Amino acid sequence: MTDLAYIELALTAARPQALGALLRYFRDLDTAEEAFQEACLRAIRTWPDKGPPRDPAAWLIFVGRNSGVDQIRKRAKNEPLPEEAAFSDLSDAEEDIADRLDNAHYRDDILRLMFICCHPDLPNTQQIALALRIVSGLSVPQIARAFLVSESAMEQRITRAKARVAKAGVAFETPDVHERAERLKTVASMVYLVFNEGYSAGITNPDSAAFCDEAIRLSRLLLRIFPAEPEIMGLSALMLLQHSRAGARFDAAGQIVLLEDQDRSLWDRRLIDEALAMLDKAIRHRKPGPYQVQAAISALHARAARAQDTDWGEITLLYELLEKLAPSPVVTLNKAVAVSKLKDAEAALDLIEPLADKLDGYFYFHGVRGGLLMQAGRSGEARIAFDRAIALANSPAECAHIRQQLDRLGEPVARTV
Amino acid sequence: MLYAILCYAHEETVFAWSKEEEAAVMDRLMKVQEPLARAGKLGPVGRLMPTTAATTVRKGKEEALVLDGPFAETKEVLLGFYTAEFDSLDEAVAFSKELSAVNPGSSSYEIRPFYVFHPGEIKKAEGGSS
Repeated sequence: MTDLAYIELALTAARPQALGALLRYFRDLDTAEEAFQEACLRAIRTWPDKGPPRDPAAWLIFVGRNSGVDQIRKRAKNEPLPEEAAFSDLSDAEEDIADRLDNAHYRDDILRLMFICCHPDLPNTQQIALALRIVSGLSVPQIARAFLVSESAMEQRITRAKARVAKAGVAFETPDVHERAERLKTVASMVYLVFNEGYSAGITNPDSAAFCDEAIRLSRLLLRIFPAEPEIMGLSALMLLQHSRAGARFDAAGQIVLLEDQDRSLWDRRLIDEALAMLDKAIRHRKPGPYQVQAAISALHARAARAQDTDWGEITLLYELLEKLAPSPVVTLNKAVAVSKLKDAEAALDLIEPLADKLDGYFYFHGVRGGLLMQAGRSGEARIAFDRAIALANSPAECAHIRQQLDRLGEPVARTV
Repeated sequence: MLYAILCYAHEETVFAWSKEEEAAVMDRLMKVQEPLARAGKLGPVGRLMPTTAATTVRKGKEEALVLDGPFAETKEVLLGFYTAEFDSLDEAVAFSKELSAVNPGSSSYEIRPFYVFHPGEIKKAEGGSS
């Protein structure tokens, strides 16, 4: 790794804190981003000679703030003065450095930066794109490749999302305890969205698969600023556990390999160990939540040396707890899979029949139902369910997986797609 | 003399490494350790998990307090350690310089002599790993 590459890493690492502080200061995302960009350019010019500062984020905030103020002054000469309120914090521009780099705001700065990406009017994909651009600092081409759209389309999408965020206005006052907790919850689900975007792409698209690493990095960032939040520990553990199987989820031909058929020696033990440590820490708080329970379920799979060693009884109990904490038909569907292992396919089918209306448009429902019907020896019904699943498949790999199941039924595959 | 070589680094930066970058650094660090290991002078070497996985037990008024995270929030954190037998401090310094040269993530290597309190023996628990 060259020095320059290392400086870029340091800049990426410092980005959420530095940009978050500049946003609080300038109260305008574009100005803050420009100021941060300028500070980064200066870092690339000066750090190789002088060596990186001990606290890169503080350096970037200081330099970015000065450069932003210069820009505003230059503009002010040519344009009518902006409203005073637009940069009300500027009055203290000459104050002591130590005050400017005040760490007391640091936590809320990062949280705010992440929270503005979660505006409820923005569809999920735009929230993800915005967070990756603003918080993680990924380039537009990189994000565009991951979403399989052109650069100009992604540029437009991000610009529109930013305009939407700016129009909505951002709360700059320090949030109270409840507001902070609400923000944290919203941000946590956004981080999990980023993860899932990468997870569902799997190996088919390395650009979006990198989102998994990015989401894990964001969860560690959240944990550093909120070290005692068990649900954030749970989220982190859950993503680490799911990501630990990345090398085993697809075979050489790119086909999906189900959990029970995966080569467990390919699971990343380091990620699993970190996840188990996080989960232990979370459980000590005795405040169960949906992420912790999902992580606990995932951990039971990770702890089983072989698929047949899986503790399905405990997993069923955890799904029952999850049904209470965060009821959803998808949770019940997953519980049914555990019940099919614990008891039999018919018992599981009894559980999922009432979900048919709600989950009719869901690929996974028909895939699971087809599998259960096949196990129960109800081939005709299984075939109908699999056909429905193929019609709803989200990726070629999902489609191919169902076709394999149909092959196992021993009849010619119906041409649906 | 037995020495512990403690590696300090900016955690955010090191955990922003890609898998490939991480593997390249580890590979270079292994090469630096090889001669010591061959000479039978290298003890256990450990990599610490992120501080987010840390728990601190701190002396309280009555009972000890159990806190999430590391004891103090600092910019640089302990990232890993080496234990080795060196004939002189110069030798320990030379080794640390070699480590530093191949590891762009490290900010400093602290060299601390230590004595063995207990040689210990860790039996691998079920589900555990290296």
